[in-house]
Amino acid sequence: MLTLALFLFFGAVCVAGAVNLLVQSHPINSALSLIVVMASLAAEYLLLGAEFVAAVQVIVYAGAIMVLFLITIMLLNAGKEERTKGSRVATLLGVPGVVIGGVLVAWTLIHRSDMGNVAIGALPGDPKAIARLLFHEFLLPFEVTSVLILIAIMGAVVLASRPEAIARPHPGVPATQEERKLVAVGKGRS
Amino acid sequence: MSITTFIIISIIKSAAVIGILLTAVAYSVWLERKVSAHIQNRWGPTRVGPFGLLQPLADGVKFIFKEDLTQPHVYKPLYIAAPIIAVVFAITSISVIPFGNWVNVGRIQVGSSPDFGSWGTYLQITDVNIGLLIVLGITSMGVYGVALAGWSSNSKYALLGGLRASAQMISYEVSLGLSLVGVLIMAGSLSLRDIVNAQGGVFWHFIPRWNIFHGQTLAFFIYLISAYAETNRTPFDLPEAESELVAGYHTEYSAMKFAMFFMAEYANMVTVACIATLLFLGGWHGPLIFTSPILQAIMPVVWFCLKVFFFMFLYVWVRWTLPRFRYDQLMAFGWKVLLPLALANIVYTALVVAWRA
Repeated sequence: MLTLALFLFFGAVCVAGAVNLLVQSHPINSALSLIVVMASLAAEYLLLGAEFVAAVQVIVYAGAIMVLFLITIMLLNAGKEERTKGSRVATLLGVPGVVIGGVLVAWTLIHRSDMGNVAIGALPGDPKAIARLLFHEFLLPFEVTSVLILIAIMGAVVLASRPEAIARPHPGVPATQEERKLVAVGKGRS
Repeated sequence: MSITTFIIISIIKSAAVIGILLTAVAYSVWLERKVSAHIQNRWGPTRVGPFGLLQPLADGVKFIFKEDLTQPHVYKPLYIAAPIIAVVFAITSISVIPFGNWVNVGRIQVGSSPDFGSWGTYLQITDVNIGLLIVLGITSMGVYGVALAGWSSNSKYALLGGLRASAQMISYEVSLGLSLVGVLIMAGSLSLRDIVNAQGGVFWHFIPRWNIFHGQTLAFFIYLISAYAETNRTPFDLPEAESELVAGYHTEYSAMKFAMFFMAEYANMVTVACIATLLFLGGWHGPLIFTSPILQAIMPVVWFCLKVFFFMFLYVWVRWTLPRFRYDQLMAFGWKVLLPLALANIVYTALVVAWRA
């Protein structure tokens, strides 16, 4: 009973955070709402008995990825968004589209779902069960994903690094001929 | 155990642990001032109480009565929320840390009060099977206090401090987390109690079987260095580098709000010291075992406190010995030295454990 009440409460918090994310006009407030969504999702996992997934959700999403979001917003010093009235096409097509989509999803879930109900905490979610799944049954997809992420990291490094930054022996030391001239006349970055 | 008893015991334990933690925080400030004074051939606080022991109390009263300035240029909701976030996450993370073994409390009945029966408890608020992950999760949320304080203050020093703090904490959290994996492989569990229990006993009759003597020496030093960076202590105190940034992320804060950041920093230090004790120094296991039952009940807690005290002293000692890193050195050290070492430690530990199994 208490578990169900808490589950509904965190579900409501999660949806409220998601709505607030869209409504807020300042990027920092939106990012904070997203943290609330992540944290309440973690609470939902915890209530379902998947404590390991809950902890990882907090550590990875709420604790690391969202911090990077915040750093980016702070670095860009992004200001408030400008509000527009929105286009008429969006209102005319978007609102009925959302309603129809929501009804379709709800109808499919209620009538077409073959899955039975699962009691809260019935599924094993301890680290051992998850490790067994990852390293026995889904070992190949798991490893392929890690290679995929590695490729993405290397791509990001190549895109982000400027050629002269690689050639420079120490940070702050001008590397190219032009830079040395600029520093000599006091215009280069120090 | 009935639900009422459970709730009553939990409230008593929580209140006791938070009280002890806050006292420890206050007195680590005193310790820091005293030790740093003696390192610099001064006396430190001496006026308030014997050896200046009441100084933390006087400081607390002073913080409460100072004027609480709120600059007109700050973004108010987050400016107020930031110190609260910092201190809440700093204090919450102590909740899963075990201080000692099972204790039997016995029957308590005062007058005609309800009889709870004979009961005992672990010296820990709650024992969860993913205790270590919970500590890591809560401390990783603590970075928001610092980052939001820096941003919402709307001042260049605070913003630079907040940016530096978040970048530094993200970077060192990686090597900190990876340095713990070796210990987890050795213990085969994420529960802090199981990890400590796996470290009982001795080698060759005199060396304790603590993880630091049991193949995890490298991991211990990686953890210690990353933990100093996580708590923004010297030589990694770039977020509040006085000579460059005034006071970093808490430049615009005064009175109790500033005190909350201060408390958060010291509470984080205590938590980090507790984790180091539990994971590498054998928790409450001590080299001497007494026969008297009372001493047997007390000594584990004493050992635990002594080890935590050692780490707190080390913090101060390092602070007044080492100079501050340059920022690019800090990043290069974290990513190019600590991270590969931590990964190598995982591979080495996993190979040894697999070979023995």
